[in-house]
Amino acid sequence: MSVDKDTVRRIAKLARIALDESRVEPMERELNGILAWVEQLQEVNVEGIEPMTSVVAQKLKMRDDVVTDGGIAEAITANAPQSEDHFFVVPKVVE
Amino acid sequence: MSLPSNLADFTLAEARDAVSGKKVSSTELTKAFSKAVADAKPLNVFVTETPEKALEMATASDARIAKGEAGPLEGLPLAIKDLFCTKDVRTTAGSNILSNFIPPYESTVTQNLWDAGAVMLGKTNMDEFAMGSSNETSFYKPVLSPWRAKNSNSALVPGGSSGGSASSVAANLCLGATGTDTGGSIRQPAAVTGTVGLKPTYGRCSRWGTVAFASSLDQAGPMTRTVRDAAILLRHMASVDPKDSTSVDVPVPDYEATLENGVKGLRVGIPKEYRIDGAPPEIDALWQKGAGWLKLQGAEIVEVSLPHTKYALPAYYIVAPAEASSNLARYDGVRYGHRTKEAIRDITDLYEKSRAEGFGAEVRRRILIGTYVLSAGYYDAYYSRAQKIRTLILRDFERAWEKCDVLLTPATPGPAFAIGEKSNDPISMYLNDVFTVTVNLAGLPGLAVPAGLTADGLPLGLQIIGKAFDEATVLRAGRSIETAANFTAKPQHWWAA
Repeated sequence: MSVDKDTVRRIAKLARIALDESRVEPMERELNGILAWVEQLQEVNVEGIEPMTSVVAQKLKMRDDVVTDGGIAEAITANAPQSEDHFFVVPKVVE
Repeated sequence: MSLPSNLADFTLAEARDAVSGKKVSSTELTKAFSKAVADAKPLNVFVTETPEKALEMATASDARIAKGEAGPLEGLPLAIKDLFCTKDVRTTAGSNILSNFIPPYESTVTQNLWDAGAVMLGKTNMDEFAMGSSNETSFYKPVLSPWRAKNSNSALVPGGSSGGSASSVAANLCLGATGTDTGGSIRQPAAVTGTVGLKPTYGRCSRWGTVAFASSLDQAGPMTRTVRDAAILLRHMASVDPKDSTSVDVPVPDYEATLENGVKGLRVGIPKEYRIDGAPPEIDALWQKGAGWLKLQGAEIVEVSLPHTKYALPAYYIVAPAEASSNLARYDGVRYGHRTKEAIRDITDLYEKSRAEGFGAEVRRRILIGTYVLSAGYYDAYYSRAQKIRTLILRDFERAWEKCDVLLTPATPGPAFAIGEKSNDPISMYLNDVFTVTVNLAGLPGLAVPAGLTADGLPLGLQIIGKAFDEATVLRAGRSIETAANFTAKPQHWWAA
């Protein structure tokens, strides 16, 4: 399988990464190089094999559904590029 | 035991014994290393140096020692890979997108080290988001290896992604360093810098507070000058952690206590699929030498087969980018990290521009590959198939364990290469991890030990792979390699003024 320029533009959009039109063709080439190389996985017989979900066999730990942390709005917003009264500030989203 | 005349030449074990025996203070030791760090600017090892914090921590250590309250790593200066969040100390993950990020919390691994009394010298440079094998993808410029080939002044890479940590250990800028290993990022740089690097079993160390790359593969581990130092450091990095549900609740043994038990009767597997076409003859020769060393010390050498080995690297380049594309979705220019200063049309434009500016070329490429293999219609062909192949790779190891206790393999397909030599060919760069990546896919522990030099005088390592949570045996076998190899070469001090 390989990607074309439209697919490159579409996945860049899905990934929310602006891709300059001049970068579409080189990216197409780079991605196709990698996809051609991983193509060899198609030769492996995976009939009846379960996909791995955890490398170490263990039951997912459960904990009580209680609040263990909180009241740290100041710390949480401290790294925000823009914040106000413990809110993250973004450009207008709803007209 | 005679101690080195220069404090920065101590091993971690020597320094520990000297500090606890009150032969040297943590302050003296810390000043010696902070000076070594300051003198090593040409290596570009640190993204952030923290000499004041180091001195503060050393002073506190000396006070605890005086009161008889010393911890097991009391007063020992370490370098921390810039992937571990450190409270109030900038943490960049080697990326522009986190260039102004000051964590309000401490990673569990580093907290464990500070609780044991260790001192932080600074944050080491690395490939951006740990994606790379040479340190060339760092936004903060590549780290240089302290090593140079015989009769050459060309700059060599220190490997990656934990290249800053590897160089800092090799150049005696710290007693030990933390690294992380997703596909070989501890073991490959350790091998090419003549240092020891251990990737523990998945779940041995908590991932909490470590910037995520590929969550099912990422694991923190120690990078040191000796196997003993790695044994000491791992014990105090590892823990079960309620904040990481994949950290495993198994006791952390005293690895140092069993280190010298030898390999008599140990069954050492030699996986025939690790003989790859085109590898330099020096790699194969060193591997055979290693098997000979272990045999001479009483180990039984057995040939084993890991038939799916060749599929590990391509499977990794589906699984790791897929997980990365999901993990790195959090960098949105809103909650933390870089936000574009360009004019923007709407919120989507803000995300797209911030991420395009904040991520480097390799990270963008991997996010796009990951997004593609997870996208509708391709999931089964790529991601699901790669995860099935991962199951087959783990089964290969489980079958091998019926015949042997550990595996011996080369650590890398070659020595350190020149800066720029492989940066235009992603796949040739990816091939650096061909011997290390299988271990991540199967969650097993792997140890790189320096074992010899090339004809050009550059370090090469061997790798010991063990069963899950059997780091003790891995370290013991590694110690036997170390003893036999008697690797004493050190790089020339060309970087110091």
